[in-house]
Amino acid sequence: MAAAAAAGPSPGSGPGDSPEGPEGEAPERRRKAHGMLKLYYGLSEGEAAGRPAGPDPLDPTDLNGAHFDPEVYLDKLRRECPLAQLMDSETDMVRQIRALDSDMQTLVYENYNKFISATDTIRKMKNDFRKMEDEMDRLATNMAVITDFSARISATLQDRHERITKLAGVHALLRKLQFLFELPSRLTKCVELGAYGQAVRYQGRAQAVLQQYQHLPSFRAIQDDCRVITARLAQQLRQRFRCGPSALTQAPICARLLAVALPCVCFCVELLLALGEPKELRSLEAELGPSPPAPDVLEFTDHGGSGFVGGLCQVAAAYQELFAAQGPAGAEKLAAFARELGSRYFALVERRLAQEQGGGDNSLLVRALDRFHRRLRAPGALLAAAGLADAATEIVERVARERLGHHLQGLRAAFLGCLTDVRQALAAPRVAGKEGPGLAELLANVASSILSHIKASLAAVHLFTAKEVSFSNKPYFRGEFCSQGVREGLIVGFIRSMCQTAQSFCDSPGEKGGATPPALLLLLSRLCLDYETATISYILTLTDEQFLVQDQFPVTPVSTLCAEARETARRLLTHYVKVQGLVISQMLRKSVETRDWLSTLEPRNVRAVMKRVVEDTTAIDVQVGLLYEEGVRKAQSSDSSKRTFSVYSSSRQQGRYAPSYTPSAPMDTNLLSNIQKLFSERIDVFSPVEFNKVSVLTGIIKISLKTLLECVRLRTFGRFGLQQVQVDCHFLQLYLWRFVADEELVHLLLDEVVASAALRCPDPVPMEPSVVEVICERG
Amino acid sequence: MALGTGWIHIIDFDDENNIINKNVLLHQAGEIWHISASPADRGVLATCYNRTSDSKVLTCAAVWRMPKELESGSHESPDDSSSTAQTLELLCHLDNTAHGNMACVVWEPMGDGKKIISLADNHILLWDLQESSSQAVLASSASLEGKGQLKFTSGRWSPHHNCTQVATANDTTLRGWDTRSMSQIYCIENAHGQLVRDLDFNPNKQYYLASCGDDCKVKFWDTRNVTEPVKTLEEHSHWVWNVRYNHSHDQLVLTGSSDSRVILSNMVSISSEPFGHLVDDDDISDQEDHRSEEKSKEPLQDNVIATYEEHEDSVYAVDWSSADPWLFASLSYDGRLVINRVPRALKYHILL
Repeated sequence: MAAAAAAGPSPGSGPGDSPEGPEGEAPERRRKAHGMLKLYYGLSEGEAAGRPAGPDPLDPTDLNGAHFDPEVYLDKLRRECPLAQLMDSETDMVRQIRALDSDMQTLVYENYNKFISATDTIRKMKNDFRKMEDEMDRLATNMAVITDFSARISATLQDRHERITKLAGVHALLRKLQFLFELPSRLTKCVELGAYGQAVRYQGRAQAVLQQYQHLPSFRAIQDDCRVITARLAQQLRQRFRCGPSALTQAPICARLLAVALPCVCFCVELLLALGEPKELRSLEAELGPSPPAPDVLEFTDHGGSGFVGGLCQVAAAYQELFAAQGPAGAEKLAAFARELGSRYFALVERRLAQEQGGGDNSLLVRALDRFHRRLRAPGALLAAAGLADAATEIVERVARERLGHHLQGLRAAFLGCLTDVRQALAAPRVAGKEGPGLAELLANVASSILSHIKASLAAVHLFTAKEVSFSNKPYFRGEFCSQGVREGLIVGFIRSMCQTAQSFCDSPGEKGGATPPALLLLLSRLCLDYETATISYILTLTDEQFLVQDQFPVTPVSTLCAEARETARRLLTHYVKVQGLVISQMLRKSVETRDWLSTLEPRNVRAVMKRVVEDTTAIDVQVGLLYEEGVRKAQSSDSSKRTFSVYSSSRQQGRYAPSYTPSAPMDTNLLSNIQKLFSERIDVFSPVEFNKVSVLTGIIKISLKTLLECVRLRTFGRFGLQQVQVDCHFLQLYLWRFVADEELVHLLLDEVVASAALRCPDPVPMEPSVVEVICERG
Repeated sequence: MALGTGWIHIIDFDDENNIINKNVLLHQAGEIWHISASPADRGVLATCYNRTSDSKVLTCAAVWRMPKELESGSHESPDDSSSTAQTLELLCHLDNTAHGNMACVVWEPMGDGKKIISLADNHILLWDLQESSSQAVLASSASLEGKGQLKFTSGRWSPHHNCTQVATANDTTLRGWDTRSMSQIYCIENAHGQLVRDLDFNPNKQYYLASCGDDCKVKFWDTRNVTEPVKTLEEHSHWVWNVRYNHSHDQLVLTGSSDSRVILSNMVSISSEPFGHLVDDDDISDQEDHRSEEKSKEPLQDNVIATYEEHEDSVYAVDWSSADPWLFASLSYDGRLVINRVPRALKYHILL
């Protein structure tokens, strides 16, 4: 603004410059007017001045400022500026004032011109409006005429309009009917094209009408047609469920469509069936297939769990979402469906688990079962009615039972294996000529091996009751499994079967003694005895500790088992005695039967077979001594052999021979021998033995000597034959007494042998006892 | 010669008065090892005996006749007559010079006393006795072939099948023979674990026979199934020398053993009367019928009836009386003969 530019160095009017007074006042007013304009336009003083906001807008010395105070300004000029400058500013001021005046004059002039032209224009407009008013009036009259006409026309057309409306209604109805009649073909087309959604929509639209008018034959026909087509449609949809690659994901959509199409209950079942051919089952079946390299059982149950069980859950969830409205009936169906599928799945799982039965790895199986069981808990909660969880538990229990059976078999096999080893070990050392591993060592081996097998089995079975396994807290695993399964079935069962196996050696058909090596009998007998004394109670305590038996089932007490084991041990030992006795008996019998006792020469030696008998008896003594304790014998004198020998050879023998020569004598001999027997105890030959060495050997020697006696009685002896028997018996007596519990027994039996031989001799001249002794000592 | 002669003691037992009467007959030919009486003529008997000559023992067999006065069975002959021993009359020898030692002689049961079979070593010989037993003609024979020395130990003639079957024992084997063709019909290998000592046919039940042996067992066989015994008894503690069925009540089985015991067993389950004595339906009223039915339902158990321990030494022979089915005798090494009766309670149980 020019004013502003000039105002900067505006020369103050000199002091006392009166003309300048009004001059000074005028700009002030103008300034005020400017300020008001500026205020109106929203410009601040400073901005309007265009200067940087240096001077204070309230500065009263600013010429262009709103608060300009001429007095202050003049004062300031007067005080601050030198004269020259005052002069300059005065001239400058004057010039500015002039310029401003001329500007004002020009503006006024221009405004005046414009005002005049505006007045002209308004006058012209006034004329124009008057014209227009006339035309408007004419338009109004015309419009009135038109309205009039129109009213008249519509009055005339009223009738027709009504008829047309009616016709239009009929037309619409006809179109609907046409839709209905065309519905079957449309549906067919839709089905053909695969536009199932469209079809279902059509069907939905027609449904209500058809339902309402189904009493009319034509509508009935249509409805029937529709039903057929929808059935086909449903068929196709089901088809798609079955073969669709992702049946389950598409299922809900289709199901919804179908549900709309066929709102009948039976459909739900069909849907379930359609859904219920999960590929998972089939793939599981395929895995099961005949090819041996099936994936391990853990993998299998994993697949089953994630595939089938997951699928089942999905189906169940989808079903419940879709058919929640069906209430208990629907739930029933779902349960039945789940049960049916579940049973198939379980059948597969069981088949797979059955394959696993042969394997030895329990931990894998238990883990697999655990997963299997765990997985089925979810649907178990979802489908409580289907009882899947129960069935799963049942399967687990069954498997556990089978596992126990398997372990029992394993233990049995291990026991038999041990026996085979022992047999081999017993057969081998004969070749080597050395004693090989001693019986005691073998026994220890067998015992420890069996014990370790039992422990291994217990440990394996223990996995079933581990805390982290999901089914271990089921009542079966807490109670029956521990007591009946493990304790009774496995441990007691094994001990029993062990006893039975051992006993079966006693009744083996090979009674000639060749079947079972006698040492094995002896060893088994000792084993059973050890079981009776310690091992059984140890094993059972171990079992009870590992499996805290909590239930009330009756369990076999330790004492019963011990009694069984003891009985077995006793039978085995008795059988051992029989077998060994038989071996020696056969030797003695052959030696008596094959010899011609009538024509034998005067005895010079003890027969070799008697030496052999003594040798064998000694060997048996050593063998039994390895496993059994000595046992008690009757007190004996230091030189018992000599004393008793003299007794039987001199007094008794002589007394017996003497009267038997005359025909009337038999009475006396019989009487004599009877009287003798009255004083001696009856000898039970095959009597049960006790668990000690002496008893065993007594049994064997009894059997052998009795055989010798019976054989001698069947023969006829010459004089030297008798003497040979005398020598043999003395020899036996010299050596056998030390083995038996009661040496009197040996003497009695040998006495009997010699007496019988004497009776069977037509010429009984006994040998001098001293000669007999010499021969025996020489031999 | 002490052993050169044998004696035959004929013992009469008067059941009513409990009197025992003894007659001794001299058997001069040698000591007797086996004896059997003719089923047709009570005065005729056959023996196997040892003959010692030239320091050799040979077992021969012969048929003898008892003196007439003893045959009648009269026990009026005074006791003191035993001092003068009478002698048996020799009818004929069974010539075995070609066949070896005679082990036993058996008559055809229920026959006319004309047929006799003897077992000699490994031969089985069938003899025809002709001209009132004065001559024995070897009718047919068969012999056992095999490795080793086979020797028959015992034999029995079956009363069934028209008396055409004989069973023999050698070592551990039982064999059946057809006397018409003299061929083997069956063979039970390893019938016993050790030597078979004796055998006997069930008199009332075809195909059934009992055997005993050195394995202390008595076994019952159905000869149609030779693989398994029907039943096994293991009551004796030493060799069983004899087994005998009762002639009329075949559930009663008698065994004698060298453990000096005689055991009477009741083998009901395999007898011809497994459900007790069945009375004819016509003869009894309905009530009795019911009772007998009830009785038949009772489980009948095989059991040992009694163990007789009167003997002090090995018992080598037991047999039933042919006259009284409830009477039996046993003989032991020491020469003691014991006569026993079946317990009265059992007798009534069987009869009623």
